[in-house]
Amino acid sequence: MTIIKTLFASMILTLGLATANAGTLDVVKERGNLICGSNTGLAGFGNPNDAGVWEGIDVDVCRAVAAAVFGDASKVEYVPLTSKVRFTSLQSGEVDMLSRNTTWTLQRDVELGLEFVGVNYYDGQGFMVRKDLGVSSATELDGASVCIQVGTTTEMNLADYFSANGMSYESIPVETNAEADAAYLAGRCDIYTTDASGLYASRAGYPDPSAHIVLPEIVSKEPLGPSVRGNDSEWADVVRWSLNAMIIAEEKGITSGNVDDMIANSPDPETQRLLGVKAGYGAWLGLSDDWAANIIRQVGNYSESFEKHIGVNTPINIARGLNALYKDGGILYAPPFR
Amino acid sequence: MEQNFIRKLIFDEKTRALLIQTLVIGIFAVLIYLVTKQTAYNLEKRGIGTGFEFLNIAAGYDISISLIPYDSNDTHLRAYFVGLLNTLMIAVCGCFLATIMGFLVGIIRLSSNWLFRNIAYVYVEFTRNVPVLLQIILYYTILLHLPKVKQSIIIFDSFYLSNRGLFSPAPIFKDGFSVVIGSLIVMIIFTFFLKKFLKKKQELTGKQYPIFLINSALIIFTPIIFYYLMGMPLEFDHPVMKGFNFKGGMVIRPEFLGMLFGLSIYTAAFISETVRSGIISVSKGQREAAQAIGLKANFIMRLIIIPQALRVIIPPLTSQYLNLTKNSSLGIAIGYADLVHGFGGISLNQTGKAIEIMLIVMSTYLTISLTISFFMNLYNKAVQFKGNI
Repeated sequence: MTIIKTLFASMILTLGLATANAGTLDVVKERGNLICGSNTGLAGFGNPNDAGVWEGIDVDVCRAVAAAVFGDASKVEYVPLTSKVRFTSLQSGEVDMLSRNTTWTLQRDVELGLEFVGVNYYDGQGFMVRKDLGVSSATELDGASVCIQVGTTTEMNLADYFSANGMSYESIPVETNAEADAAYLAGRCDIYTTDASGLYASRAGYPDPSAHIVLPEIVSKEPLGPSVRGNDSEWADVVRWSLNAMIIAEEKGITSGNVDDMIANSPDPETQRLLGVKAGYGAWLGLSDDWAANIIRQVGNYSESFEKHIGVNTPINIARGLNALYKDGGILYAPPFR
Repeated sequence: MEQNFIRKLIFDEKTRALLIQTLVIGIFAVLIYLVTKQTAYNLEKRGIGTGFEFLNIAAGYDISISLIPYDSNDTHLRAYFVGLLNTLMIAVCGCFLATIMGFLVGIIRLSSNWLFRNIAYVYVEFTRNVPVLLQIILYYTILLHLPKVKQSIIIFDSFYLSNRGLFSPAPIFKDGFSVVIGSLIVMIIFTFFLKKFLKKKQELTGKQYPIFLINSALIIFTPIIFYYLMGMPLEFDHPVMKGFNFKGGMVIRPEFLGMLFGLSIYTAAFISETVRSGIISVSKGQREAAQAIGLKANFIMRLIIIPQALRVIIPPLTSQYLNLTKNSSLGIAIGYADLVHGFGGISLNQTGKAIEIMLIVMSTYLTISLTISFFMNLYNKAVQFKGNI
């Protein structure tokens, strides 16, 4: 399947002019919905729920962009992409944007002709093992079999980490998260390695989550964020500021519950600019003035999205940690809205 | 004169055909040119770098199944060769196994034994009507449900079977073992000529020699004698459970076995049908004539039926070999590190050179397939009837 997809996307590159001529924003407006490249299924980040509705913090970025452009967060069509085909799909214009736990790296940003517009989750690669192996640190993993999802930055981190520590390993490369889970649970490998967020998400779905631990070592920086094609800065700005609006809303204490109250009563100038009380800021982006208010009303601020999908009260159970606002001890920081 | 030429273009059959063919080739060339140009333009416009320089960059990832030394500091080019060899390995092993199984099943399907015949029939109908991908995943899943590595099944105290594969002792060749190998090669060549010589003698005198027995004995016992003469220059490295896995020894991984079973069992069903049709195509009179001169059933098959059936069998057999080789690209489904999986998957993602890598992978498969066809065509020519019939 993925081969066919890759070929298909390559074919679009070879034959089609696709959508690159007009600006993506105009194309999206014209079409009436946003086509968003999402994960093939990663609980809490991008996954269809029981009713078949996509949800997760990556999905919320897509929804935020739809809310900003159309005033309706539901006008999104999701295209599930494996890690292998995601860039080709974006490059070829099959999707308008990519929001599927994708690490921002130099090569992807520059050489692949993409543009990363921000970070919606600060992650790092971790290792998950069965508790009964009695392992407490990644430095004790010499000789282990490692399940690894191909087409990610993970393979390189893994090779680097094991050789830096003078350890050997057997890699079992698999295509999707689901296959990795199956191989890991069957005992084909001792370790499952991917971004720590992915490990938490997988573990939440296991028959006995408490039988597995994520080791304390985080062996890489994995800033995950949405990306767009690099030749369209107007569209990049729309996506970038849709994400920023969610973060600023958290800073300012604006939630989906109190947004209308804030519009009516907030004396804070930045809040007023953000919510379109002071007019003119939407036009800079080619949007209506209430674009950010629509995001917050329909999707919520960053904290709401985080706690709803992956926070400590969900099965995935991730603490804010690095992903807390800068003023709360994390590194989440959006440029000022002015 | 000029008018004459135009008349010829339209009305002369040969010239007209030439004109049309030239036009078609011309249009095709222009199309290729346009597609290439458009691709380059599109890539440039989207700011995507192109070129093959990435082949010399360190690949940065490891491949567990590798026939040549490879680690993550080696280049993408070397990763390509690792994948290529893995593809060839599964293709060769798969074709070999599928051919043996296919011939057996094909012959059994024509057997007079009702039970065997129908078992073979069910096998063929089942395997060739279920997609090969599902079969590969089925066998792999079964292999994954073997005992875990710590509870390995121990066979003869030196083989360990678990869902991480079959671990076995690895031979370590010491000085003098080359003499043993040398004696084996010499014996194989010698028996080849001995066979020719004895055959000729049989044709002249009519006396039969137990050629097979003599040659087998020579090939088996000579190296054994040399082995002891040289002071047993062979040791085994036994796998030992250490930490997470066995250390030392050799391993056949479940990913390889899953592919091997899936591909060969599937393709064998097709080959058996080819073999069956080949045998049926040999006219009944041939068999009856052979029986009339008192040949044993075994000899009738070997000397009369199979050589004639091969003429019908070889061409479709070639396409089965091609199918198997191409199907080996399904290794990606179960993590077998073939060409598509490693180079066409991981390298593609690391470098983002989708078009370049797909081009390389596709031309590689094309080359492999054409090579197989070439040799099978040679073989086909060799088994065809010679002279006039």
